[in-house]
Amino acid sequence: MFRKLSLTAAMALALTAGQATAAELEIEVTDYDFSFEGPFGSFDQMQLQRGLQVYTEICAACHGLELVAFRNLSDEGGPALPEDQMRAYSEFYEIFDQSLFDGEGDFRTATPADKFPSSSLSNAPDLSLMAKARAGFSGPYGTGISQFVNGMGGAEYIASLMTGYHEEPECALEGEPMDGFYNVAFAAGGFPESCKDEHGKHKVPGSWIAMSQPLWGDDVDYADGSSTELEAVSQDVAAFLMWTAEPKLMARKQAGLTGVLFLTVLSVLLYLTNKRLWAPHKHKD
Amino acid sequence: MSGIPHDHYEPNSKGEKWLHSRLPIVGLMYDTLMLPTPKNLNWMWIWGIVLVFTLVLQIITGIVLVMHYVPHVDMAFNSVEHIMRDVNGGHMIRYFHQNGASLFFVAVYAHIFRSLYYGSYKSPREVTWIIGMLMYVLMMGTAFMGYVLPWGQMSFHGTAVITGLFGAIPFIGESVQIWLLGTPNGAIAQPALNRFFSLHYLLPFILLGLTIVHVWAFHTTGNNNPTGVEVRRTSKEDAEKDTLPFWPYFVIKDLFALAIILAVFVAVVGFMPNYLGHPDNYIPANPLATPSHIVPEWYFLPFYAVLRAFDQDVWLVIAVNWITFGIIDAKFFGVIAMFGAIVVMALAPWLDTSTVRSGRYRPMFKWWFWLFAVNFILLMWVGARPAEGIYPYIALIGSTYWFAYFLVILPLLGVIEKPNTPPATIEEDFNAHYAPKGDGAKPVASPAE
Repeated sequence: MFRKLSLTAAMALALTAGQATAAELEIEVTDYDFSFEGPFGSFDQMQLQRGLQVYTEICAACHGLELVAFRNLSDEGGPALPEDQMRAYSEFYEIFDQSLFDGEGDFRTATPADKFPSSSLSNAPDLSLMAKARAGFSGPYGTGISQFVNGMGGAEYIASLMTGYHEEPECALEGEPMDGFYNVAFAAGGFPESCKDEHGKHKVPGSWIAMSQPLWGDDVDYADGSSTELEAVSQDVAAFLMWTAEPKLMARKQAGLTGVLFLTVLSVLLYLTNKRLWAPHKHKD
Repeated sequence: MSGIPHDHYEPNSKGEKWLHSRLPIVGLMYDTLMLPTPKNLNWMWIWGIVLVFTLVLQIITGIVLVMHYVPHVDMAFNSVEHIMRDVNGGHMIRYFHQNGASLFFVAVYAHIFRSLYYGSYKSPREVTWIIGMLMYVLMMGTAFMGYVLPWGQMSFHGTAVITGLFGAIPFIGESVQIWLLGTPNGAIAQPALNRFFSLHYLLPFILLGLTIVHVWAFHTTGNNNPTGVEVRRTSKEDAEKDTLPFWPYFVIKDLFALAIILAVFVAVVGFMPNYLGHPDNYIPANPLATPSHIVPEWYFLPFYAVLRAFDQDVWLVIAVNWITFGIIDAKFFGVIAMFGAIVVMALAPWLDTSTVRSGRYRPMFKWWFWLFAVNFILLMWVGARPAEGIYPYIALIGSTYWFAYFLVILPLLGVIEKPNTPPATIEEDFNAHYAPKGDGAKPVASPAE
């Protein structure tokens, strides 16, 4: 209980500090290569399943996924768990059902139709949309050109945040001790005065985040024998959270591709029609 | 319809005559579709069709979205996510609608700048222009209120900024803001969401009605064209030398352009639907946490730059503040400037004194016009930057040029500029590009600039 309170206080501090300094801060986001980038990119089903494992074993201790239903885990274009596995997975969860006990509510075993539980810590944000709710890349002078070139970067941001925990910079040791943990990819946290120059510009990237380092490498055992190094696990969970944020990504790209092809053919036909139509009047026939 | 002489609909069969004497609807459709259209229209005359298409797209996708959306502060955000996740095809419908707003503004800006360059706003098309400006303002209102509906962080705090503009009005501002938001303490809550939802549904239908009036107005005067020279109305034969019927010549041409534009649009929707949005709007609205950097959507940025350009350090603002005994402070000055920027544009027909309509034959105007266009992009960029360092100065220079263009340059150019002579007829211009057979002249690809 005490820990929860102190974290909340740190978060409140972090939010006010974030406003004052947002214009000058810098964050380090690595441009990881994800399989779902680009017009033809698609989710790596095995990676999503590994990411689900990381989420389940580590993130879920504090964070929720309240917009995702268990049945979605079997959806095409997602982790695509076989239905029996998905059912078995959902039964690990106890959820609160308001309709039980004559409206007083009680806990019961989850079914595939239920959503994942919400965050159990009040200051741990829900992760359902995290990969879309963070920009990742921007560009020089706010041109947004980096987003255009590298993609939106929400997944990169999450992976960078997981790998972004560093030793506190020396300048931070000069002033008051900071609440939270130094992270080079985190923008909205507290920042010590002693790490700013005379113009208020930050001398080091990132800020102090309330969440302690969640992944260290070798945190999980993958059944498929994939790498469990920090960077690999971070990318797995980032890919999974990209899917939770954009579960229809593959269907959307497919529709986009079909649409572009169809309209290109239509354009050519209309171009030829138009040319033929105008030819007598443009004295070209 | 009066105007350019052309053949009108004649009912032939008994059934057609029966209907025509009771409701001449076929005749109306015939005359609308067969309207004589200047045959030298270039590719900048396709945006009207794009706009009509986009309005219909937004209305259709919008109606489907409303079937699943819940205008309640506790449910709005999740109902949008329900559309994105559980409704069949909902993610595409929603992304089409969301990016449709951007397509709408791309098209409307192209449409407006075409009018400004070719002098389409000038007599006798002032009414078309004024109605167009009215539609543009309604579009902005509709887009803003639509952006509020998902009830994300930007929705909420954007509402605070925009309704705050009305709060800047002296004496009555606070009451107006409370009236707009519908809560006694001026909090942004359920009443605001409900009324924005109601108006977001209503305004597009008013836009649809105004579209008809807009088309009616320019069908009465006839289209402008790149030369700015009017179609000859001396006889049907003369008019036919300058024009071709709208159907099929311009319908097919416009559809071709529309197909290309839609290919790009579908690529944006399919491959990067969130590129033009703000990540913050995927965070549910939280009154206690203000986003560090509140920025409107790209299509509002030029006016947002004007709004912020006039801060309390500008001598004009200080002077006005002093003269009005502090009634007009910096904030209210900015609001006046922002709305004034649109008002001066709407007054362009009366501010432009040049006797030559098209910018093509105005050597000095051309430069000022292109500077105006570049300035628009510059304002758009600076509107997204934080108000610190050099950016406020850029915004101030850009805003000043905006007003100078309409209030000083357009009136003066008509007096000091020596325009070139436009061709006598549209036919002459068209044949200069597409020489009649046997003339020996090599045809140029297109009459576009």
